[in-house]
Amino acid sequence: MATEASKGRWLTAGLLAPSSIWFLIMLVMPLVVVAIFSFGERAPAGGYTASFTFEQYANLPARLKAFQNTLTLAPLGTVLTLLVAYPLAYYLAVKAPSRWKLALLVLVIVPFWTSLLIRTYAWIFILGGRGIPTLLEFIGIEGVRLINTPTAVVIGIVYIYLPLMVFPIFVSLEKLDKRLLEASNDLGGSPFRTFLQITLPLSIPGMATGCMLVFILLMGEFLIPAILGGGKVFFIGNALVDLFLQSRNWPFGAAVATTLVIIMLVIVSIYMRLMMRVSAHREDVSIM
Amino acid sequence: MRLYSIAVYLFLYIPIGIIVLFSFNAGRHASELKGLSVKWYGKALDNPFVIDALFTSLTIAFCAATLASIMGTSAALALQRIKGPLKAIFDGMIYISIMIPGIVIGIATLVALVSVFDVLNPIIADVWLGDKAPKLELGMISVIAAHTLFTMSLVIVIVRARIAGMDRALIEASTDLYASPWATFRQVTLPQLAPAILAGFLLSFTFSFDDFIISFFVAGPNTTLPIYVFSSIRRGITPEVNAIGAMVMGASLLLLIVAQLLLRRDHRR
Repeated sequence: MATEASKGRWLTAGLLAPSSIWFLIMLVMPLVVVAIFSFGERAPAGGYTASFTFEQYANLPARLKAFQNTLTLAPLGTVLTLLVAYPLAYYLAVKAPSRWKLALLVLVIVPFWTSLLIRTYAWIFILGGRGIPTLLEFIGIEGVRLINTPTAVVIGIVYIYLPLMVFPIFVSLEKLDKRLLEASNDLGGSPFRTFLQITLPLSIPGMATGCMLVFILLMGEFLIPAILGGGKVFFIGNALVDLFLQSRNWPFGAAVATTLVIIMLVIVSIYMRLMMRVSAHREDVSIM
Repeated sequence: MRLYSIAVYLFLYIPIGIIVLFSFNAGRHASELKGLSVKWYGKALDNPFVIDALFTSLTIAFCAATLASIMGTSAALALQRIKGPLKAIFDGMIYISIMIPGIVIGIATLVALVSVFDVLNPIIADVWLGDKAPKLELGMISVIAAHTLFTMSLVIVIVRARIAGMDRALIEASTDLYASPWATFRQVTLPQLAPAILAGFLLSFTFSFDDFIISFFVAGPNTTLPIYVFSSIRRGITPEVNAIGAMVMGASLLLLIVAQLLLRRDHRR
């Protein structure tokens, strides 16, 4: 007869089994296959032939432009999203009348729940020939081209990822102890100094979370550059689609994908290290 | 500050408004507004390709969200009972599957499944006794499997947060009153977890329904609604696409409101 303890162990194993199998077949195996493929060679008809060569990695500079675009426009887009999002999050958390707070917050988040594809392509109307450029011609500025430029891609990025940035900043500002602000005020700190020395530093965790979320998603972005960059502004994601679905150069594509994952892992682990140091520093302060 | 916020709200909603406005366009060209009509809604709903793609997307989203909710919830329940290296491995898997870009998941799944199928298909053909051996290929099932991976991790994270905030005293009380573990689970734990599971299900459904990039790689010959919309945009924008967009946005808004109402009713009880 089974004892209680071993029964419990079997139950735990049974509960974990389906997700373990899923992780193994749909995550571990595919990633391992991609890593193996990245050392292979392209079959003449496209696809993969087994081999062990670093040729694909040596060839990476052929797609340098995609890496450059991603590694400049993703950080730029993240920072701009932060700059647009912060004042709004601040308004919602600190200034907005509390009756409206929840409704206003929901209004920010709702767009994120609707189709990303459709929201992105709406900007073709706004930035395209009959949109903003036509309006600018009315006031005498001519020859402005927006669609299929890096500017269009960055506008799309800010638009799409704004809700994702506002939310964590709002949460960190909302949690902020309002007595600290009163104390600073009572001690004669100007509103600006209060903001700079109390509000801003205490909202760093929210900003960091938001930036990380947006940055991670941007590193693998495909749709925004594909729709608003018109093949002229392409990210690593666009290069990957081309390599796997059009030119069918799987080993090279696998090398690009592996490199992307490694870059992301490095950046995320640096971020984790920094956040840990910040929170350790916090504890020192609170002990004092 | 207030003016700025109004400007940001305009920035968020003007593009959506434009899509809705242009979906009522009576003219044939997407970028010229010539009178209002609902004819493009009729055209979209009459288009068998659109209906087919919609049905495919709904089926995939429903299956993926259901699988993710069941497997994610059971994993979350089990994870509170284990510790040590196994737990660390699981945490790593959850973390990686959420962090890794969808496009890499799509590629990796495509490459791995095609390779495995290439190995398995001849074997199946050899051992198959009937006339025509089944052939494994990419399709709806591979999309469901790939979507389930990512959404399952989301469900685990959401349900675990709920478990952490759960009132232990109730479970202890139930055990003290000689309820069997199963009865405790069904009558105490599950009702407390229900809102989290529902939230996980809806989130999974939305993510799966909205996903373009993973489906793009692993759907094989199938077309989901986002794939249909994307290829229509490539061919040139028509008011029909705007009508589809407006309907999709309306439907997801409705789903969101229903979810809110359900959660609120649950809360009040």
